Amino acid sequence: MAGDLGLWGIPVAIVGGAIRVSTPFLFVSLGEVLTERSGRINLGLEGTLVFGAMAGYGTAVLTGSAWAGVLVAALAGVVFGLVHGIICSLPKVNDIAVGIAMMLLGSGLAFYFGKPFIQPTAPDLPAIALGGWSDLPQVQAALNVNVLFLIGLALALVMAWMFRSTKVGLTLRVVGDSTDAARAMGLRPAVIRTLATAAGGAFAGVGGAYLSLYYPGSWNEAISSGQGLMAVALVIFARWNPVACFWAALLFGGAGALGPALQSVGVTKGYYLFYAAPYVLTLGVLIATSSTTRALSGAPGELSITK
Amino acid sequence: MTTFRSPFSRRGFLQGAAALTGATALGGLPFGARAQALTELTVGFIYVGPRDDFGYNQAHAEGAAAVKAMAGVTVVEEENVPETMDVQKSMESMINLDGAALIFPTSFGYFDPHILELAGKYPEVRFEHCGGMWTKDKHPMNVGSYFGYIGMGQYLNGVAAGHASKTKKIGFVAAKPIPQVLLNINSFLLGARSVDPTITCQVIFTGEWSLAVKEAEATNALCDAGCDVITCHVDGPKVVIETAAGRGSFVCGYHANQSALAPELYLTGAEWNWAAVYTKMVETTMAGGVIDNFVRGGLADGFIKMSPLGPAVPEAGRKQFEAVQAEILKGGFAAIKGPLKDNTGAEIAAAGQSFLETDPALESMSYLVEGVIGSTS
Repeated sequence: MAGDLGLWGIPVAIVGGAIRVSTPFLFVSLGEVLTERSGRINLGLEGTLVFGAMAGYGTAVLTGSAWAGVLVAALAGVVFGLVHGIICSLPKVNDIAVGIAMMLLGSGLAFYFGKPFIQPTAPDLPAIALGGWSDLPQVQAALNVNVLFLIGLALALVMAWMFRSTKVGLTLRVVGDSTDAARAMGLRPAVIRTLATAAGGAFAGVGGAYLSLYYPGSWNEAISSGQGLMAVALVIFARWNPVACFWAALLFGGAGALGPALQSVGVTKGYYLFYAAPYVLTLGVLIATSSTTRALSGAPGELSITK
Repeated sequence: MTTFRSPFSRRGFLQGAAALTGATALGGLPFGARAQALTELTVGFIYVGPRDDFGYNQAHAEGAAAVKAMAGVTVVEEENVPETMDVQKSMESMINLDGAALIFPTSFGYFDPHILELAGKYPEVRFEHCGGMWTKDKHPMNVGSYFGYIGMGQYLNGVAAGHASKTKKIGFVAAKPIPQVLLNINSFLLGARSVDPTITCQVIFTGEWSLAVKEAEATNALCDAGCDVITCHVDGPKVVIETAAGRGSFVCGYHANQSALAPELYLTGAEWNWAAVYTKMVETTMAGGVIDNFVRGGLADGFIKMSPLGPAVPEAGRKQFEAVQAEILKGGFAAIKGPLKDNTGAEIAAAGQSFLETDPALESMSYLVEGVIGSTS
């Protein structure tokens, strides 16, 4: 049975927490990077995350397959992304306002359709045990890595490569940086942005499926507690760089594990303060990396918040 | 949802309520002739979370379902109502649009200021609040407080846990350090210590009633710290139970029966039995009577019940569990009794001193007993 790790429990818990909690942050922020690099903001990803969680869980309950759940969550995300993208392609539509509407719509629909799925238990997504080298059960538990986490890591690397060295990446960047330049090149910015938003929605849907199908692994209406919104903020923090998104997501996940971990080793005073750690961390890093001479570096030129 | 009601029953109720309030104010004089039975009654239930959360709200909703089955009663329900101005709006719409004359806003945080404000505005409506907030002479008489002595259920959970634990360390995922939660934590440990006085209980506060990811993290942290029996006091125990069982820990339930989530590892659970309480309150109201402002009950009164013991409880544990349960049912059993210190070393009870479950002092509990690893702030 588990021995007492003492203070060593804290780093183990933070690493474990980072791996367990970061995946939804990672998927939503990667989706948002894709969308924002094309010049549009989708604040609705919180709603997509919640709907994805519900759709994924519901599908897994009905079909008995967790992967079918992930697929349906991704498809639901595509639909939400398309709706957002198409509405925003209309003239004089503000993407932030539409995003907020989509966020409320997504959560509302998820609550409505999710009612019958609060009780049943769905199959979990598989995890890969990477902690077999250690005989400590705590380390083994911390290194139970879900497949979606690894897929997310691969996606971050592929996206970074895509933006840097492929035609698709170049197209997205042109559209995101200058509508006029894109038009001059014969591209259709509205279509490209809509497709990017749809793909971004699919990512967020998968993030939701991770929440309901792996960790914490059940569907209820408070499942997300704002993680989708935090992930959108995390994109700014990561300067629109997919690999930085990966590290930022890990950081947020690990910081979130700090509070319970400290309490479990006997540091019991002031847990509300430790629970604020991720937010304090964000503020700290943003201040440390801010510059008096440059605007937000890495921000796509057509983004409505930076224009 | 909106039902238009004839004014007669409403007026009848008002007269009845006025007469009863007068009677109570005069020190419980016998009811006058104007106190009359009702033929129909609309009852409102408000939940802070979803109705089927395997937890707090489900326990109340099961009570509401029992009320719904009563003749002449219309039940209106609203779920996912935050402890903000929203609950005032929900209550007002139940009163004005649905004609509710008896409302159960079931969440702890609904009381102050929300129920208090509306109780002043609608003196003819009866508000029944779950939790120990109502104080005589300080709060309006059309507000009542009811609660069950579920700490005894956690004590019994502890007895089962004490027999099942091999690491002699048990864990508790708690939402907020309010008296009811602290009493549950303390009772859980004291139950386990009645089996083996070396057992300790690690508590982790999540800070909120429903935060799935944090509850899962807290459960993992407890498992990492070597706790091998875990229980909780959060609104929906599903995440805690599933996460703990996934780590191979034994679990004790809370609020409702969660044995379906971990049939092999579920030891037992402390459940509410609101159906019995609510039907009685509604019967009283229908008969033209008035509900006591301070309603309490425990295992013996049918306010709480225990889940059937799971297969992991050893024979010795089964015997002791049943013996203690019988003792509690008989009455006069105290979980909190001297000599007892809190976990900072201050004395709670001297030798020979004990606090029965009915002792109001327990409703303002602010300490964790010796053996609980954690702090209330």
